[in-house]
Amino acid sequence: MKEFTGRRYGVRLHVNHETHTLHVRAADTLLHVLRDQLGLTGTKAGCENGDCGSCTVLVNGTPLNACLTLAVEAHEQPVTTVEGLRGSEIQKSFVEHWAFQCGFCTPGFICNAQGLIDYVRAEHRHADDELIKEWLQSNLCRCTSYHEIHAAVKSVLDDGEEC
Amino acid sequence: MESVGKSVPRKESFDKVEGRAKYTRDLRLAGMLHGKLVTSPHAHAKIRSIDAAAAAAVPGVRGIVTGADCQELTGELLADRPVLAYRKVRYYGEPVAVVIADDEQTAWRAAGLVHVEYEVLPVVSSPSRALLPGAPLLHEEVEKYKRYGDVYPVPGMNIGNHLKIRKGDFQSGWEAGVVKVECYTAFRPSDHIAMEPRAARAEILPDGEVHIRASTQAPYVIKRFMERYFGLDPGQVVVHVPFVGGGFGAKGAVQLEFIAYCASRAVGGRLVEVSNSREEDMISSPCHIGLEAQIKMAATPDGRLTAAQITLLWDGGAYADMAAVMAKAGIDDCTGPYRIPNVWADSLAVYTNHTYATSFRGFAHPEVTFAIERTMDLLAKKLGMDPIALRLLNAIGPGETTPTQVLLDESNIGNVPACILRLRELMDWESGQRVVLPNGRIRTKGIAALWKTSSTPTDAGAGAVLIFNKSGSVNLMTGVVEIGQGTKTALAQIAAERLTIDPSLVHVSFEVNTKTNPEHWKTVASSSTMMAGRAILEAADDAIRQLKYNAALVLQVSPDELELAEGRVFVRGNPQRGFLFREIAMGYESENGLTVGKQVIGRGSYIVKLTRLDPETGDGRPGPQWSVAAQGVEVEFDPVECRYQVLRAYTVIDGGVIVNHRGAVTQMMGGMSMGLSWATRESFLYDNQERVLNPQLRFYKITHFGENPDMVVDFVQTPYHEGPYGARGIGEYGTIGMAGALANALSVAAGVELFQLPLLPETIWRARGGGSVHDPV
Amino acid sequence: MIPFDFDYYRPDSVGQAVELYARLRAEGRNPIYFSGGTEIITFGRLGQLVTDAVLDIKSIPELGALGRSGDHLVFGAGLTLNAVAESGLFPLLGDVARHTADHTTRNKITLGGNLCASIPYRETVLPFLLTDSYAVVAGRQGNAWVSMHELRLAPGELLVQIWTEQSAARWPSVTIKKTKQDEVDYPLVRLALVHDGRGVRAAFSGVCEAPFRSWDMEDALNTPGVPLETRIAEALRRLPGQVIDDQLGSADYRYYLLHHSLREGMSALEGGGR
Ligand SMILES: Cc1cc2nc3c(=O)[nH]c(=O)nc-3n(C[C@H](O)[C@H](O)[C@H](O)COP(=O)(O)OP(=O)(O)OC[C@H]3O[C@@H](n4cnc5c(N)ncnc54)[C@H](O)[C@@H]3O)c2cc1C
Ligand code: FES
Ligand code: FES
Repeated sequence: MKEFTGRRYGVRLHVNHETHTLHVRAADTLLHVLRDQLGLTGTKAGCENGDCGSCTVLVNGTPLNACLTLAVEAHEQPVTTVEGLRGSEIQKSFVEHWAFQCGFCTPGFICNAQGLIDYVRAEHRHADDELIKEWLQSNLCRCTSYHEIHAAVKSVLDDGEEC
Repeated sequence: MESVGKSVPRKESFDKVEGRAKYTRDLRLAGMLHGKLVTSPHAHAKIRSIDAAAAAAVPGVRGIVTGADCQELTGELLADRPVLAYRKVRYYGEPVAVVIADDEQTAWRAAGLVHVEYEVLPVVSSPSRALLPGAPLLHEEVEKYKRYGDVYPVPGMNIGNHLKIRKGDFQSGWEAGVVKVECYTAFRPSDHIAMEPRAARAEILPDGEVHIRASTQAPYVIKRFMERYFGLDPGQVVVHVPFVGGGFGAKGAVQLEFIAYCASRAVGGRLVEVSNSREEDMISSPCHIGLEAQIKMAATPDGRLTAAQITLLWDGGAYADMAAVMAKAGIDDCTGPYRIPNVWADSLAVYTNHTYATSFRGFAHPEVTFAIERTMDLLAKKLGMDPIALRLLNAIGPGETTPTQVLLDESNIGNVPACILRLRELMDWESGQRVVLPNGRIRTKGIAALWKTSSTPTDAGAGAVLIFNKSGSVNLMTGVVEIGQGTKTALAQIAAERLTIDPSLVHVSFEVNTKTNPEHWKTVASSSTMMAGRAILEAADDAIRQLKYNAALVLQVSPDELELAEGRVFVRGNPQRGFLFREIAMGYESENGLTVGKQVIGRGSYIVKLTRLDPETGDGRPGPQWSVAAQGVEVEFDPVECRYQVLRAYTVIDGGVIVNHRGAVTQMMGGMSMGLSWATRESFLYDNQERVLNPQLRFYKITHFGENPDMVVDFVQTPYHEGPYGARGIGEYGTIGMAGALANALSVAAGVELFQLPLLPETIWRARGGGSVHDPV
Repeated sequence: MIPFDFDYYRPDSVGQAVELYARLRAEGRNPIYFSGGTEIITFGRLGQLVTDAVLDIKSIPELGALGRSGDHLVFGAGLTLNAVAESGLFPLLGDVARHTADHTTRNKITLGGNLCASIPYRETVLPFLLTDSYAVVAGRQGNAWVSMHELRLAPGELLVQIWTEQSAARWPSVTIKKTKQDEVDYPLVRLALVHDGRGVRAAFSGVCEAPFRSWDMEDALNTPGVPLETRIAEALRRLPGQVIDDQLGSADYRYYLLHHSLREGMSALEGGGR
């Protein structure tokens, strides 16, 4: 049994292909640890209640709300944040499609979209609008009309299908 | 034009998509303390006592500040609001104390130990109830508050500001009308929900310099207010603004900055952060105003408007702050973009026990437009006239006067009829406003026309500095905050256009630092491109003068003989004789090292030319120009459950010349999305003690991905002669008409007139007679 | 930010979890099983829940079970709602799960967490009520089979799995969710209907205080020879409790939607269903 007692204890996180051994409180969310201990402030806190998606990161390739995940739950798991997706197709596509304004929701959207892209490619599925909507409905954006974001994601998914 | 009108991508694009763009809370600083608010669980109560001993005893707590420690009263026009509630709380969630500790966790835990004893008072739940005789008073002696500018509180009443328009002769206009309608619309306060909750940090250095870093749209206002309320020399106040995660007006208010400053003051000037949780951002910090509006309009039988009586009761919440200014902005343009010769209007910033309000995208216009546009549709129905025809017939234009009696000309107002006509075409209006589908659903269309001027203070202005780099590129500095609106990119385009260089050679500073960036009033009111753009043109011209001076010295010609193109200065008629900017931007260095001329630094500024409004008639100049628009929506309505889907939304805007096309389209679409979100679902819900029931995004819904309709945006481009390259301003306009257009479409679909927001299925169902008994089918 | 501290344990087996829970309780501690943790983390931040020991149970192998065993389908309580939906094993359950919360959150919310949550909706219980499923509940005395109709956990008891007959999972079914306005929201009315070959079974969430299945209402809905409208009207008269009246919607509107949903669902089911 993994047992973490005492107020602070060590966890090992594999974030963006780097391994970090950290001392955290059990009650620390992954969001808090990524931002405050690792300085990965691309991941944003919009509600800390699971409602907005601005804290979305990929844990083991799966999009999760970092605000609803304890850092200890991610012990020994690979975590990808927006910083780890540098140079990705989806980021370029967001720029090309004007898919953001203030940019605060953007990292969360990008991580979730990357999760979707990876899922669709791994499962050889066709990503129709219903599937895109089901996934991206988890993220709120107050600046854009979402059409821009849809276009950005769709364009990467369609490109993937062509090859 | 080379740069203006192009869709230049945002300059900060990759910083944002790669997670590098820093927002206020993203900079970790060792030694920073955290302040946690203690907020009121009551909407109206006396504070009997505050016992902070247990909290103070928690290890790591460095200080606790209550209202007694900071009794400065604040407010945009009327200073009625303490930094922290003192002796009395006036809204649910009002900050009562702030606990300062080494880390967030300790501050949170200790905040829970602050014990406040309250004596609950009866609540005021709406503007109309606030005005009833015997209503509890939120502010017993409103007349004693200090005033900053034109504000007219009413003693003995819950009124923080009362403004009037008396234009023409209302009585005779009313009597001249034959067809008359009356319309009462209402909605409660709601919230901006910028995705980044508000946050502020303050530090007081030993030499007295105060540094504030905040998520704000108004850094220079903070600086001024620190002088106004705390007597600080503005030269000693430095406000830093990194990227801001959406503002929509919410961050034009100054609140947490004061609290952070008082907190820092209490702990020997140490750096303290006070940041909102989402819940606090919704209920403790200022929200989106509510309104009860009563509109009466009279028209001739052929549909010409003769008179309007307009009463606006704003739910400004517990403090007048920006509500007092919104009451003014709302009355400035209160008729909508229509020619109404006789107007009698009253606009009251009313106190209620709700979170106090601040500007919201459109600054009082989405709210008033909803009321006016519902009235116009009622009138069209009564006249038996097509709603578009009625609006076209009465559209205001050059040669006519606004409610505050500004004479309009070809330049200072956009083309209202052109927008309406284009909308009619895009919406295929001729094909019918109402269609019943075979499955029983009903498709309808609704429209709204709108206008807006800036309603800024009369001294609002902007400045710009252009500094050349050795390479011939330039650094552009303004005080505009990048809140997502893309202004900085548009401004770079304006500078590039004038300097005849590529926009990529204009480097903009995204962080605003009030010590080094020239003052910019506020990044609000769709006015930044216009104001800062003008300042930049002046700065560019100044720089060009200097470039020519340098070149003239070397070329031994008069500067008048020189011309600019493609980043070069050369002799007119002899393009070979000249220099690239990079050869002369720092002065010209000849082969022997002797440098002639000097470094080029362009400076420019702009100030709006407005006048105050007459307190009795409203006569005055509230803004430099009016952008105008026509908007529409198409809905499909299910008459059984009263659910509906917005199929398409349209905007045709005359915002003058468009500087960045794609930027403008996305601004409009975002604005439309926000307007529709507000109209379809957003409102605070209160219990009978006026406590907010839904201070979370789980229960306060905004539009999600996939719920938006198709959007169509088009432009009419009537140049504003004083604007940079003819630009007016567009930032807020997409939001303004959506609620009116939607309510108009749904009223036609549902067969009942809908006067309330949000337009929830249950609300429509009730309006159609649902409810009352348990067997309504 | 969860302001209080707790210890975190990740037991490897059901027995270990149950024992540890009991031991901590005996020590005067306030332990809690932590599955997806979404309720614990969100309530903890708001101070609506306090614990000093969290027992993360989702890596216990039995709680991750998913598949067939004899005539039955087995769903581990630690499965995420997305895993349940994507398995495609139980179409009605998948439908309900797919419209609970949002996709990203469903990567965290677990079946057991949803069934044991304190919110009044617990939408995923409906398919199990309709199919007379059984829960495997672990206590200090070992495992017990508990009918889903009687599932009420005592402190320290752990929900391990839910077993559903495969044939029941294939019954024609319909589910309808009505919300205030948004797709992602708690239900004003969540209705689930199945046809077991003899008649219709009906279960509801969002309507009354807790999710329920009503045999009384089913009897009304199945009365032979009576027109549908009359059967629905009679079923509605037999609602087991007060209709909820809250900020999502009034009792009147809920009732109206319920009526309409029943008509919609019954027509779909009697006309063939899934
Ligand atoms: C953004 C968001 C949206 C939501 N929308 C909906 C919705 O539309 N409909 C809906 O029904 N719910 C919704 N929920 C609420 C959700 O149902 C609960 O948060 C969730 O069900 C809890 O599941 P969990 O696995 O995270 O449980 P946890 O938080 O881990 O646990 C919840 C409770 O169950 C107990 N528990 C968990 N597993 C077991 C077990 N195996 N044995 C014994 N006890 C156990 C825990 O001790 C705890 O008391 C939403 C939640 C979020 C965050
Ligand atoms: S911060 Fe995690 S969902 Fe909003
Ligand atoms: S870009 Fe501002 S919230 Fe999405």
